[in-house]
Amino acid sequence: MIHSLFLINASGDIFLEKHWKSVVSRSVCDYFFEAQERASEAENVPPVIPTPHHYLLSVYRHKIFFVAVIQSEVPPLFVIEFLHRVVDTFQDYFGSTNVGDQLPTGQLSVVPWRRTGVKYTNNEAYFDVIEEIDAIIDKSGSTITAEIQGVIDACVKLTGMPDLTLSFMNPRLLDDVSFHPCVRFKRWESERILSFIPPDGNFRLLSYHVSAQNLVAIPVYVKHNISFRDSSSLGRFEITVGPKQTMGKTVEGVMVTSQMPKGVLNMTLTPSQGTHIFDPVTKLLSWDVGKINPQKLPSLKGSMTLQAGTSKPDENPTINLQFKIQQLAISGLKVNRLDMYGEKYKPFKGIKYMTKAGKFQVRT
Amino acid sequence: MTLPSAPAPSRRIPPRPAAMAASPAYGEEKGGSSSLGEPEYGHDPASGGIFSSDYKRHDDLKEMLDSNKDSLKLEAMKRIVAMIARGKNASDLFPAVVKNVACKNIEDPNQLIRASALRVLSSIRVPIIVPIMMLAIKEAASDMSPYVRKTAAHAIPKLYSLDSDQKDQLIEVIEKLLADKTTLVAGSVVMAFEEVCPERIDLIHKNYRKLCNLLIDVEEWGQVVIINMLTRYARTQFLSPNQNESLLEESAEKAFYGSEEEDAKDAKAEAASLAKRKPYVMDPDHRLLLRNTKPLLQSRNAAVVMAVAQLYFHLAPKAEVGVIAKALVRLLRSHSEVQYVVLQNVATMSIKRRGMFEPYLKSFYIRSTDPTQIKILKLEVLTNLANETNISTILREFQTYIRSMDKDFVAATIQAIGRCATNIGKVRDTCLNGLVQLLSNRDELVVAESVVVIKKLLQMQPAQHSEIIKHMAKLTDNIQVPMARASILWLIGEYCEHVPKIAPDVLRKMAKSFTNEEDIVKLQVINLAAKLYLTNSKQSKLLTQYVLNLAKYDQNYDIRDRARFIRQLIVPTEKSGALNKYAKKLFLAQKPAPILESSFKDRDHFQLGSLSHLLNAKAVGYQELPDWPDEAPDPSVRNVEVPEWTKCTSREKRKEKVEKPFYSDSEGESGPTESADSEPESVSEESGSSSSSSSSSSGSEEEEDEDEEEGSGDEEEEEEEGAKKAKKKKAPQGRKGHAETSSEEASASESSSSGSDSGSETEAKQRKAPPSSRAGPKEISLLDLDDFTPPPPQPIPSSSIVSTSLVTDLEGLTLTDTSLAPALLSPAFGAVRTYELLHRMAGEGLSVEYCFSRRPFPGDPHMVAVQIQISNNTDAEVKSLRVSEPKPLSGMRIQEFPEIERLAPGDTASVVMGIDFCDSTQAANFQLCTHTRHFYVSIQPPVGELMAPVFMSENEFKKEQGKLTGMSEITEKVTLPEKCRSDHAIVQQVTSAANVGRVPCGADNEYRFAAKTVTSGSLVLITLERREGAAAQLTVNSEKMVIGTMLVKDIVQALAQ
Repeated sequence: MIHSLFLINASGDIFLEKHWKSVVSRSVCDYFFEAQERASEAENVPPVIPTPHHYLLSVYRHKIFFVAVIQSEVPPLFVIEFLHRVVDTFQDYFGSTNVGDQLPTGQLSVVPWRRTGVKYTNNEAYFDVIEEIDAIIDKSGSTITAEIQGVIDACVKLTGMPDLTLSFMNPRLLDDVSFHPCVRFKRWESERILSFIPPDGNFRLLSYHVSAQNLVAIPVYVKHNISFRDSSSLGRFEITVGPKQTMGKTVEGVMVTSQMPKGVLNMTLTPSQGTHIFDPVTKLLSWDVGKINPQKLPSLKGSMTLQAGTSKPDENPTINLQFKIQQLAISGLKVNRLDMYGEKYKPFKGIKYMTKAGKFQVRT
Repeated sequence: MTLPSAPAPSRRIPPRPAAMAASPAYGEEKGGSSSLGEPEYGHDPASGGIFSSDYKRHDDLKEMLDSNKDSLKLEAMKRIVAMIARGKNASDLFPAVVKNVACKNIEDPNQLIRASALRVLSSIRVPIIVPIMMLAIKEAASDMSPYVRKTAAHAIPKLYSLDSDQKDQLIEVIEKLLADKTTLVAGSVVMAFEEVCPERIDLIHKNYRKLCNLLIDVEEWGQVVIINMLTRYARTQFLSPNQNESLLEESAEKAFYGSEEEDAKDAKAEAASLAKRKPYVMDPDHRLLLRNTKPLLQSRNAAVVMAVAQLYFHLAPKAEVGVIAKALVRLLRSHSEVQYVVLQNVATMSIKRRGMFEPYLKSFYIRSTDPTQIKILKLEVLTNLANETNISTILREFQTYIRSMDKDFVAATIQAIGRCATNIGKVRDTCLNGLVQLLSNRDELVVAESVVVIKKLLQMQPAQHSEIIKHMAKLTDNIQVPMARASILWLIGEYCEHVPKIAPDVLRKMAKSFTNEEDIVKLQVINLAAKLYLTNSKQSKLLTQYVLNLAKYDQNYDIRDRARFIRQLIVPTEKSGALNKYAKKLFLAQKPAPILESSFKDRDHFQLGSLSHLLNAKAVGYQELPDWPDEAPDPSVRNVEVPEWTKCTSREKRKEKVEKPFYSDSEGESGPTESADSEPESVSEESGSSSSSSSSSSGSEEEEDEDEEEGSGDEEEEEEEGAKKAKKKKAPQGRKGHAETSSEEASASESSSSGSDSGSETEAKQRKAPPSSRAGPKEISLLDLDDFTPPPPQPIPSSSIVSTSLVTDLEGLTLTDTSLAPALLSPAFGAVRTYELLHRMAGEGLSVEYCFSRRPFPGDPHMVAVQIQISNNTDAEVKSLRVSEPKPLSGMRIQEFPEIERLAPGDTASVVMGIDFCDSTQAANFQLCTHTRHFYVSIQPPVGELMAPVFMSENEFKKEQGKLTGMSEITEKVTLPEKCRSDHAIVQQVTSAANVGRVPCGADNEYRFAAKTVTSGSLVLITLERREGAAAQLTVNSEKMVIGTMLVKDIVQALAQ
């Protein structure tokens, strides 16, 4: 399968290599560098590059390319998915401060994802229901496409071999689901109950998709007026963000970003709240709005300086939006119950809801 | 090289489970037990070796290392280290050392160390250790620890890559490991199989069903490998499910609507061609694979989802492939690399099966933040999905894309518009107009791309578009992109008769700039000149001469060649031959319009999801996906002598018998519905070991084929018995009741038979007769039921209505309002349903059934009593029947029945065992042993059997119910079928579904029942309130939420029957 692995950083240095079979010369990466040069941006480097004797499969994360060298037929997703897991593991490992100084124990458990002999003084299980709205809103403010993708992330610290069941008030909302391997599929099929022996610690229990048939509530709107004129070297820029269907909750952590056309030299803007920044090199405008106060809608107004002599850009910039709403799952999904079997103690249980913007774009 | 001592440890490893830990791993003195004689050391060992420079160098050291004395080994090692330290070459001792280091650990009592030792050994890629590795792998392959066996499987490809001569021996090991029944090994050994001997498909036969059944419990990476291998396997062993779709539809219609006479006639006519076109019936093993892989579409691992998707794409009937779309669309949320691969596959699939992705059209809409390569793939998919109905939406979306800042993407969009225009005639003009507008775009790339696409479109209807051609002719002044210029020139030349005035002028301009043009443009200038010369030589003769002369001295030899060639063709000279006459025909022939098609067309001849598919080129080591065979190979090769997992309940089995033909026949053409999968019975089978549950259902299927005929015989017997029983019990109950129940049953069986009718065309005819004869008299005697071939879907509940009503009457009598402490009521009534524990085929003649007797288990009130009936159908006596090794899940307890010492042939014994299910419907697993055999069995209680009736007054009931509201209350609306509206029918159905006692009730439109769970004694209260007509509301109150939910389901189902 994977013959060798090279890690390449942003400046193009191979800073780490690992070979499982024989050593493959670093020069194989030249093919990769060539492809990288052809692709204008890192994200456009093809994940699969054929070379005369090898195939290079790569993933790009945290500004590092993980380039796997393979020699024969293998499902590309097999390698790509694996590399992502490797990165996840790195992230987990280097991200956490309390690295165990002992070798792992209890690995050969009957339940492959949970080690044996887990012990905690405080037994607790927390579940975060996090939903993301992916949407494309057109110029006039109507929704072109909107869907909700959700996950349930868990942090379970329970002694022994607990067997949990988690049920929903409205499981029918879930249109498409994918599970952690611990979830008993048949039980879900028959009863719409998540029944599982949890892994120890943090894990993603479930990812789901809320049926596209349901109308998706769009919690914010953007009013915009962005105009370039052919004759003038000045353009107008004005956006206002406001709450829409928020179920009475506060929209916070609002962040507006927009990739301005190349012709824009600079922007002179005044925000009613928050801070904004325009990078004249990358032409990226970002505005950290913060909370939306429905009484006083945040706005950003001003003018753009355009390169003199060039014609006006074809396209108005797309506005990307980020936001967060605490204690709300926008789909209306609600956990009904969480029960534990198989162990005697009473665990502490907690469930948190949150809605976020996923890929939320407003075309202007 | 020989291996003197290696066999010794090999013999020690396998058969030492627990004893090994106790025995000294680093034995001080094992000499006595050695099969090899101790080497002779007549001389002082220290004097040998080092100083002697003879050819037997190091032989003594080898001998010492091979000896059984640790002291000698230690000494040898010291000397070797000393040698190395002095810089002497000791490499020929390497294998002997490795053997000692690794072999020691390979015997370690700790399985982790054994496995690690093997991993270390197999990672030393030095040819000299091949024989040792081979031995170590062989030993590890029969290790008692599955983890070590898994490591052995991992070592196989490593050894193979080191020395491919070992193939035959390795195949033996692979064969052995393929037979392994643990999920841990399955994935790894299939991986080894794929690396070493993918052509040996015959090794899979016997393991096929097992692999299918284990699949869901194999780790993710193993799943990918197994699924890909099974896809190939299925392509060699089964018939295409889509081969005669049209035929099926046709004949199905006949079977349904044709009169019988016609059928007869058709039958004759078809008989001749029958040999050729047999109606397709899916092999049950084929179905098994599809069914068992489907849940994996829900995997979190993108590679697994993709593997299942490609399996369905390559193997499933057309109508069922659609299920994969949703899962693939889900993967589009993943990392961009995953998206990239998935979209490539979706692009290929969407050409073959457009319909399946159409509902997800919007998921392929492009965001400005998508990487360009993703944008272009999405565009490809959108284009493939375009049809008459959605094209306007898609074009509107494209319109946004054209304004994008990403110019590569814009160019791709223009091409996509061109493709839509060619494929969908309706929008051709709209697209063309749109593209013409783009010709005035400021970006040259956009204009150039538009020109190229317009050129292709115009070829379809040139006559109508001379305006556009004129417009394009003007562009030659401005546009610089060579491809676009070349396209315009070609267009003007090809359609010069539509623009007779402009064409020569364009040629004039081009002649002026000829020397500065790019090569492709020059070629088209020559082309244009030639065409004009042929059609309008008066105006263009000189220009043509001029251009040809310029070309004659061009730097590029292609252009020089072309000029010479064309001059000969078009300019008549005395030397020019016959060709000259045909010049016009040659140049101005009607040319077919180009077909703009996807680059993903026909890419599915590569197995989807593979690297080769992605690159559209065969990668090293790619295994061709074989075509379906014309004739299915013998399916019996997959039969396994004794099915290992046989725990199906009779309920499941019966159901399958009725429904089976329905599926196998209709699945080729109709809906992807698989009610078998969603049936609550089979589903609630899940438990700690879902592997066994999935295998049990298939197990029953396997057997089913083998004893189909027998089975139907059995059913008849059973039914007869059931009917008799029912009759006996119902006899004393008066006329009215009798009539009602019989009609009830008649209609029940009727509905069941008609239900299965709808799908099975083969059986349609046979069944046609009975229903019509049955339809007449409603009141038929119970005995007539025996004539029916299809059994009722549920065994007839043999509850006695007399006793039910009697009990309720009595309750009414004894009731007082003073709160009597709720007392456990001995269940005097309720249906006794029998389940199968061990089928007689699986049990090699021993058949075991069980039922929940609903009596308290003597000795332990927290146990559910399970009555077990064992019949010996063999010719020999079965001895010492007993339960062994119960493997209860946490908290579960099993009270075994006393051992049955002997059971004579033909005899039946009945015993009772107690199981504390801990108020859960998880199965209790144990082994049933005879003096010769072990059978793995499991008992799974329906939720209704986890409780015992409780005696309560109305007031108490209300009081308790009041405490159990909110979360503990589950309500469900029910529609009562016609036959289930009478008091006793309702009571009967509820009490058959659950072991509950009736609670008296003042209102006559309400029914109440109460019970307590056996283990924890939690109250379960059931209320059924009848509304108008058929409507009713069912309420269950219990603090055990899960039990409550499941119970509601069961009761609703019981009432619906």
